[in-house]
Amino acid sequence: MNETHHLRRMTTIWIVLSVAADLLFWFLVGPHVPPGRMTDMATSNQFDFNVLFVIAIPVLIGVWIYLAYAIAVWSAKRGGPEPVGGEAARTNRTAQVAWITITSVVVIFLAGFGTVELVVNHGSGGGEGPNPVWSPAGAIKAETAALAGTGTWSPNSNQVLPVQVIAQQWKFTYRYPTFGGFETSQLVLPVNTTIAFNVTSLDVIHSFWAYQLSVKADANPQINDVAYATTDQTGQFTVRCSELCGIWHGSMYNYGNVVSQQKFMQWAQSTEAANAANTKFLPPFAWTYVPDANGASGGYYPDGTATPYSSVETYGAKQPAS
Amino acid sequence: MTERPLATTGDTSTASRVPWTQRPGWMSQHLGTAIVLGVLGYLFGHWLGNSISSGYAYIANSGQNSIADALALIFGVVGWLLGIGALNYPLAKLTGRQPEKETEIEHWSKYFRYSTNHKTVGLQYVVGVLLFMFTGGLLAMAIRTELLNPTTHYFSADTYIKIVSEHGTIMMMMATSIVVGPLGNYLVPLMIGSRRMAFPRIEAFSFWIFVAGYMVIFSALPYGGFPTGWTGYAPLQTQAGPGMVSYLFGFAVIGMGMMAAGFNIAVTIINYRAPGMTWSRLPIFVWSILATAALLTLATPTLFAAGLFGLLDKTAQTAFYVTEHGGSSYLWENLFWFFGHPEVYIMALPGFGIVGEILPVFTRKPLFAYKVGAAGMIGVSLLSFFVWQHHLFQSGINPDMRPLFMLTTELISIPTGFIYLVGMGTLYKAKIRFEIPMLFAMALYFNFLIGGVTGVFLSDVPVNVTVHGGFFVLSHFHYTIMGGLLFAFMAGLYYWLPKMTGRMMNKKIGLWHFWTMFIFFNLTFFPMFIIGLLGQPRRVFTYAKNLQGLNDFSSVSAFLLGFSFLIFFFNLVWSLYISPQKAPANPWESLGLEWQTANPVPEYNFERIPVILTDPYHYSEANAPAVADLGEEELVPVVSSHDGNGAA
Repeated sequence: MNETHHLRRMTTIWIVLSVAADLLFWFLVGPHVPPGRMTDMATSNQFDFNVLFVIAIPVLIGVWIYLAYAIAVWSAKRGGPEPVGGEAARTNRTAQVAWITITSVVVIFLAGFGTVELVVNHGSGGGEGPNPVWSPAGAIKAETAALAGTGTWSPNSNQVLPVQVIAQQWKFTYRYPTFGGFETSQLVLPVNTTIAFNVTSLDVIHSFWAYQLSVKADANPQINDVAYATTDQTGQFTVRCSELCGIWHGSMYNYGNVVSQQKFMQWAQSTEAANAANTKFLPPFAWTYVPDANGASGGYYPDGTATPYSSVETYGAKQPAS
Repeated sequence: MTERPLATTGDTSTASRVPWTQRPGWMSQHLGTAIVLGVLGYLFGHWLGNSISSGYAYIANSGQNSIADALALIFGVVGWLLGIGALNYPLAKLTGRQPEKETEIEHWSKYFRYSTNHKTVGLQYVVGVLLFMFTGGLLAMAIRTELLNPTTHYFSADTYIKIVSEHGTIMMMMATSIVVGPLGNYLVPLMIGSRRMAFPRIEAFSFWIFVAGYMVIFSALPYGGFPTGWTGYAPLQTQAGPGMVSYLFGFAVIGMGMMAAGFNIAVTIINYRAPGMTWSRLPIFVWSILATAALLTLATPTLFAAGLFGLLDKTAQTAFYVTEHGGSSYLWENLFWFFGHPEVYIMALPGFGIVGEILPVFTRKPLFAYKVGAAGMIGVSLLSFFVWQHHLFQSGINPDMRPLFMLTTELISIPTGFIYLVGMGTLYKAKIRFEIPMLFAMALYFNFLIGGVTGVFLSDVPVNVTVHGGFFVLSHFHYTIMGGLLFAFMAGLYYWLPKMTGRMMNKKIGLWHFWTMFIFFNLTFFPMFIIGLLGQPRRVFTYAKNLQGLNDFSSVSAFLLGFSFLIFFFNLVWSLYISPQKAPANPWESLGLEWQTANPVPEYNFERIPVILTDPYHYSEANAPAVADLGEEELVPVVSSHDGNGAA
């Protein structure tokens, strides 16, 4: 059997299997690939997942077919002629150039594709740090207003809703700066609204992972890590901590809800009123907080405001991280 | 080793004394003295720490004090080194005395001594890494036991996280040395035609400090463990109890061994190649070890520094990682991963080298695209320094740099792909002999492909949002490190143990070992990709109820995977001791220079320094040239520049 026959046979099997597997994947599995379609980020990240799978499947199948073919056809037990030695078996310019070119093209395409998706989707739901480079329209304005305490949000206003996620050992709490800065352990979000998650930590590094929203942002102490997502569907979603944060990391999870804008407004206003007595004891709303000298037993102060707690320690006197 | 030429100047009276290493029984230096002095050093350090820093109790009036813990470990390791004899030579030099002659006695007890013979060190490392692996593996069994059920817990959350942390750290430490230590030390001189390593004392140091590192990291458990996983993120690190000191100092100790091994091996490969061993004739395994040595030497200092900062934070009240005092949690993340990503390739490249070496032998074909393969290894090691922030895509640091790190990370799959070009080209129209080493080598190509392709998913920032920090990434790196490096290590052991021990490994038991390990490895880790995609984060003791089926499947497979290692250990004992079969000088009909020496390998490897005539891949050639002139007559004088002075 000459050289071309081996390759032609393998290529035929590869094309048939790859096309079949890709089509089956795209139409049968693709729509169910995580993280679903609950937000614009989830939808676009699901698309990215599927594109990567469609490229990865032929790569896997190609190498597996080759290995299987080699095992089946070129086994010493089957006899046949002695393998080719010498220079002829050491190099093959065409094969080498083709291999390097194809892998390079695929890799550079993937990097370009990933970059476009990342920029177009405003960070793809990942944590963008305190100064996001690709923020959706209206986000900066809403965030600035929220910090100043002048932010507002109402149904059908099409405004960005800033929500603060405060991670701590071992739970998440949430503050809503546009509703008086109340703090709650419930995460309720309005549908069809762009949310600006401002994620920070009071102690160690955590990671806020809203699985179905396709949002993941590390919660670093004294750092505000911002991530965006626009809610498209109502329903429940899971929040888990995805950065090891100590003993009870495994049980640091809760559930959030995306509800209609009217329902959200009702919930926010009633919670604001119900929590008013507690809210006034909270530290003023800020993007990050500093623990006081007594650590877990004490309170927290907005980062950047000089609030010496004791004569010995001067926690809180530090300037904002950035 | 037999007598080594020493400088003739200095006090001759010491030279006439019986050297420590030759003294009988308890008087000589060996593992026993190392343990005794290690314990004494530990106790002294603890006493010293408590006496100088009793006012700095860890928690007020708790009597716990990180300074005492750290000093105890530091003095313990110094005592250990003193006891094993690692400091004899430097101390003699420092004090201007004539160092004692180092000779190696031909007795089994040489394996418990500070041996400067690279073959002894290689075998010591085999036992050392297997001990590491066995410990880490048992911890893995414990992890999978806990994950059998999301609601019924076999361990407390506290114990579980310590098991996870200890498993990760021990396995990572083991994996840095699993090939470089045993096979690198044993084979590199044989493959490049050298009679020894460049720095035999540094080589012995790298092994004995590796063992010290094992004990230091294990000491974390009696100290109460550490909760940070192998990544040791601050400020959790700063907050953690005294077990964290063992982690920080343990990595520093292992790091010293890694740097020492890296230096020694790089210098040996560069300077101790036999005449005629040009760069284009260097066996591909030696290329991989050279690339790894470069990474060990250049990346590990960062880990060492990071660990030192952490130790200072915990003892001297500095604030490198304490945010509220002006430190930064990002500092540890950056330092750690600046080491950690090259580290990943420290745990991949030697595996590529092993399969590159094994494939030609069992396909009876020359290695395909040798130069591309070597270039790939260099390419991977260079690029590996420019990808570390892909571990921090969601951390909020440098968001505008993410496209760059996405690009560099994806670029690294090009040189990694060269390894597949080499492998598939070598298999083309071959005559494959399915011996055990070949099976393990082909399994690497199967497993690493899955590991590599899923790595591309992780490097894509939008997809990374879902897969970062979950079981997907966990499965990914087990596929690369265990599916790649560990399978290659097994291939290497089955292939080279006949050379190292003079005994053949039993093929029938080997087949059982291979098939159980290959099947249950895949059945253990493949479901974890799905578990990860369905939303289970890493290092959790509880998970969503609907994931129990997959987790149980993975756990049961993991137990059977653990069983396959028992088959391996049984094969070791069976083939080496119970029913030993003498290995022929060249059982695999290899052209490699290491197989041209006598079996067992003579003390100085080669009677004469060989002259290398060609590369060792001339398979299937009618008139294949001899790989080296081993010197019937004297081609190169016995005392050459390769011998004598220059020992460290």
